[in-house]
Amino acid sequence: MSKAKAVVYIRLKEGVLDPQGKTISQAMINMGYNEFISVRSGRFFELECETRPDLEQRIEEVCRKLLSNPVVETYRVEMIS
Amino acid sequence: MKFGVVTFPGSNCDYDAFAAVKFIIKKDVDFLWHKSESLEGSDVIILPGGFSYGDYLRPGAIARFSPIMKSVIKFARSGGIVVGICNGFQVLLESGLLPGALMRNSHLRFAHRHIYLKVENSLTPFSNACPPGKTLKIPIAHGDGNYYSFRADLEKLRDHGQIVFTYATSDGRVTPEANPNGSLMNIAGICNREGNILGMMPHPERAVEKILGSDDGVYVFNSLVAHFEKQRAATG
Repeated sequence: MSKAKAVVYIRLKEGVLDPQGKTISQAMINMGYNEFISVRSGRFFELECETRPDLEQRIEEVCRKLLSNPVVETYRVEMIS
Repeated sequence: MKFGVVTFPGSNCDYDAFAAVKFIIKKDVDFLWHKSESLEGSDVIILPGGFSYGDYLRPGAIARFSPIMKSVIKFARSGGIVVGICNGFQVLLESGLLPGALMRNSHLRFAHRHIYLKVENSLTPFSNACPPGKTLKIPIAHGDGNYYSFRADLEKLRDHGQIVFTYATSDGRVTPEANPNGSLMNIAGICNREGNILGMMPHPERAVEKILGSDDGVYVFNSLVAHFEKQRAATG
């Protein structure tokens, strides 16, 4: 069985408010790091997978159905090895 | 008329909903376990508040794929009455049964207090028993109640009367100060276009007796009963 690794990055769509990022950004300013203009937060997942011909399509599916909320988030998949 | 209250792992308002139905409006009610696919002949399904599956990933994201939800989605799509409260609202959005998303509260804090709801549409199965002009005093308790949707979808919600409840002052003014979580247009509860699925962040089941600080939540339950009685009268 050969294996593959995928990293999935989830981020909020442009234009969707990110109160968490905004609060972190404010904390950075309070700490004196004035050069950071804004912060957007997100999540990432590492998926260890068995390889199969339609693997990338299957990863897309779980991204769409489960890992992201397509109403407010986008995802990006990076295949490793 | 029978109610079914779904219990997910992490639900914590299922007993409140059960008690409101059994002891306040005195109707049949059963718990529906998340692993079952049977709705046990329920006429109304309540998805209760809580932290289903620990709110892991996103609130409601994992509950939405539990076995009972297959049946709830089918039931809702065929016109069955479904009420999602708090976490239940989040499950309905994740299921795609209602439009939009609930984001982290804009101030990032858990919001728990009594708020006032303006009844924007009193012609729904969930609000028909609300006295005209009366605001409902109901508690909220959530960290992710900040309703978000794209402008075009918001306008559709408004134009089709799908905004059922908004956060307001006690005298019914919908102001930014009355908004506890940053929800767009002060939205607290919406229904689908067909009007058989309601999602709301506030907890009517926690406001069913004066001793709880308010019994305004009973209007929501009485509306459901009135809806079914009217339906029964119409079909003979």
